[in-house]
Amino acid sequence: MSIVTKKDFVMVRESAGAADSIVRPSESFVKSVMRKMRTNKAAVVTFSYIILVTALAIIAPLVSRYEFDMTNIMDGNKGPSSLHWFGTDAVGRDMWTRIWVGARVSLTIGLFGSIIPEILGIIIGGIAGYFGGVIDSVTMRIIDVGVCIPSLVYITMLMLFLGGGPVTIIAALAMVGWMGPARNVRGRVMQFKNREFVLATKTLGGSTGRLIFKNIMPNIMGQLVVNITSGIPAAIFMEAYLSFIGMGVQSPMTSWGQLSQAGAAVFRIYPYQLLFPGVIISVTILMFYIFGNCLRDALDPKLSN
Amino acid sequence: MSEILLDVQGLKKDFRIDGKHILKAVDDVSFTIRRGETLGMVGESGCGKTTVGRTLLRIYEPDGGKISFDGKDISKISKRQEKELTKKMQMIYQDPYASLNSFYTVEDIIGEGLDIHKLYETKAERRERIIELLNVVGLHRDHMNRFPHEFSGGQRQRIGIARALAVNPEFIVCDEAISALDVSIQAQVINMLTKLQKDRNLTYLFIAHDLSMVRYISDNIAVMYMGKIVEYGPTNEVYLHPMHPYTRGLLEAVPVANPDYTKIHKKTPMIGEVTSPINPKPGCRFASRCPVVMDVCRTTDPHMTESENGHKTCCHKYR
Amino acid sequence: MEPLLNVEDLQVSFQTFAGEVAAVRGVSFQVNKGETLVIVGESGGGKSVSMQAIMGILPMPPARIKGGRITYKGEDILSKSDKEMEKYRGKEFAMIFQDSMTSLNPTMRVGRQMTEGIRKHQKVSAQTAKEIAIDMLRQVGLPNPDKIYKRYPHTLSGGQRQRVMIAIAISSKPSLLFADEPTTALDVTMQAQILDIMNQLKKDTGASILLVTHNLGIVAEMADRIAVIYAGQIVETASARELFFHPKHPYTWGLLGAMPGMETDKSTELYSIKGTPPDMFCPPIGCAFAPRCAYCMEACRKEAPEEYREENGHSTRCWLLDERAPKVEAPTAVIPKPLLNEEEVQ
Repeated sequence: MSIVTKKDFVMVRESAGAADSIVRPSESFVKSVMRKMRTNKAAVVTFSYIILVTALAIIAPLVSRYEFDMTNIMDGNKGPSSLHWFGTDAVGRDMWTRIWVGARVSLTIGLFGSIIPEILGIIIGGIAGYFGGVIDSVTMRIIDVGVCIPSLVYITMLMLFLGGGPVTIIAALAMVGWMGPARNVRGRVMQFKNREFVLATKTLGGSTGRLIFKNIMPNIMGQLVVNITSGIPAAIFMEAYLSFIGMGVQSPMTSWGQLSQAGAAVFRIYPYQLLFPGVIISVTILMFYIFGNCLRDALDPKLSN
Repeated sequence: MSEILLDVQGLKKDFRIDGKHILKAVDDVSFTIRRGETLGMVGESGCGKTTVGRTLLRIYEPDGGKISFDGKDISKISKRQEKELTKKMQMIYQDPYASLNSFYTVEDIIGEGLDIHKLYETKAERRERIIELLNVVGLHRDHMNRFPHEFSGGQRQRIGIARALAVNPEFIVCDEAISALDVSIQAQVINMLTKLQKDRNLTYLFIAHDLSMVRYISDNIAVMYMGKIVEYGPTNEVYLHPMHPYTRGLLEAVPVANPDYTKIHKKTPMIGEVTSPINPKPGCRFASRCPVVMDVCRTTDPHMTESENGHKTCCHKYR
Repeated sequence: MEPLLNVEDLQVSFQTFAGEVAAVRGVSFQVNKGETLVIVGESGGGKSVSMQAIMGILPMPPARIKGGRITYKGEDILSKSDKEMEKYRGKEFAMIFQDSMTSLNPTMRVGRQMTEGIRKHQKVSAQTAKEIAIDMLRQVGLPNPDKIYKRYPHTLSGGQRQRVMIAIAISSKPSLLFADEPTTALDVTMQAQILDIMNQLKKDTGASILLVTHNLGIVAEMADRIAVIYAGQIVETASARELFFHPKHPYTWGLLGAMPGMETDKSTELYSIKGTPPDMFCPPIGCAFAPRCAYCMEACRKEAPEEYREENGHSTRCWLLDERAPKVEAPTAVIPKPLLNEEEVQ
């Protein structure tokens, strides 16, 4: 049955604007990434884990009955109990407290050991990519040589020179780690600098700074966030490795690597002393990697619906 | 006749490829555009028409020749003068998707020119200008806080037009500004451009490969082939009495929206295709595809010859 | 006579985060043997989606065929499995796309890509397959076909690649050729050459062509019959001459008027359609074209119009054809003039 009647056949005056209205809900890029992350189970689980570990690292040592460097020879090498959840080490220090104090060190190194080389990379790669020419050639040759030397060898040598400690680990990571990001950012900047929206700003008289920082950078930012996220577990691992071979964090200061090193020495007798830090390092690194991958998928416009 | 706004003489732009080959993208191109008029520039992709537009707006440095704008030589000017010039000369880009920064709201895209040249006193004034510009291109103020990807191609192109208009230019290069749009939307944008031209006495360089739209909007036509202008003249002259064999082939190839036309008109498509002018040999560049090629065409460069009423062509047949 | 391809009430929708987008909303058309049907409309109108649904190459999900029937030579092909469809695609159907770069395999020489299909579907020796392939390359007007045979796709120009794609498409001697905006990425001179090849193929092999385009010039040159699609529905179908010379739907008028003719100059404004096509995320109630239509009536906003069929096969989905509607003539400026009379056409 038609609901149309004779009187409906009259022309109507239409405002042209109505045809231009947009019905879809507005969603910015950041919002759409957030939505994709929220609806991704793996992302939610890994993110919760990261928040939990960070929170424990901040809170656990504060509310603990023990100081991380408080020794008690009488209580040495005690297994997990209600008094010492994760047991004690050879000199009776509480492992639970030490693990979370170690987490502070390891996570800090992870964060800065990832961010600082990335920022260096952005600056160097951005300049090389945007200006091109001689600056670009020279930078790229330096990087070509730099990346030929395995970073492990490089960092080990730097640590010998600089001495142990969290700050020197970050410094060593920064001196080596900028090359990859620089190469990456250079490529992206070169790809974007001739895109029409960048040219449009150029024809509007925009300065070089505006072109790089306001036009090109936001488009690369997603990639950079992913890089930083996946750089964190790499830096955590590097710290663990350096401390494990005795060139990183030194006792009584602690970190996950230092704990593993101490635990490994007595692994056959007191396995829990390696088990706890070992598991937590592995799980944390895994979680960061998975989170990084989720983030990459969410930021990839090709996978967007 | 109004005064000449843009005078280009002997413009050249080369690109180096792999360090040794030279691509002569624009080779000795000359033309003038009077204030308030439109020059249509047509030719196949790779003929150098986009490079001409970009060189005029100093995205590329010219390698030779002289560009005068409003009586002043602008081929060699300082950075400061260059920035001032961007207020007078603007560009509308081809790709409605790539030409808007996807991280900006419409407000910030249109406002960018206002920001760069500090064309407002207060935030409220900036907002007002942007709303006014949105109205000019037929969009609504509610669209201001949306992002480019939420708009259709035609709407995005209108945002691009508003961005160019923000600095109140006198001259606009429309670089394939309608090529990526649907037919009905093309007509909308063309109507908008002609209206803006009338209202603001704008001057256009209209670069396109769609010959029927170019014919409609242009006062004069320049046909480019492999970095050179091969034919130049008033629109109707060029369309009704094409001289250069390339222009003829090009016009012949345009499909006509009339099913009877093809039945009457048996067309012979032009053979071959354009190649890039890398290390070009002497002689006419069209010689390899030309249906009426002569011996002289393969050895000597033809010169521009002018017949009556400003119709010029670059072909040995017309000497 | 049974049509070669019969599409009835095809409905396709896409799942997106914002909800369901109805891309094709009940499309019906036929392609007869040896005929070229052109589907014309704007981007987002559903023309490519309909075509992909027929060929069975829609990405599902997000796409979903919600209803309708597609028969080819009397057989229902919507219910066929992927494997069965593959046989159709290699032998009965052939396709040419807009982007030749993505539809050719970049790591394989042109020759290998051609002979693989030929050997699979025609059961011939490697040597014969090569001969057929080179002959096909010659047929599409490529100079030095034996050289092209040995090259990789990326070393060819856009026009050459497009011709290679046509050569591959016709090497299986298809009875139905699908062409989705085959010349949009090409220059006019190359476009003219490609259209010529397609028309020649039709003449030589008697194949039918289903062509999708937005360019009315191409429509005029290629079409026997035309279907105008808007917002996922066919709004007008007729034979080519009928549709160009007696268009009935205001959207068709808009399409015709949007192309400036030889006489129009800058002083007359182009006939253009206001606004933009509707977002199919929430199609308007009533006629989908109503918000942009210069002849919109109350009825158009209330209910979608039926198809009004005429005896000569011209059918239009518009309330203006209702007997209760005011009589409206198409703006004369938009309609092209016939250059031949009926006898001459015969």
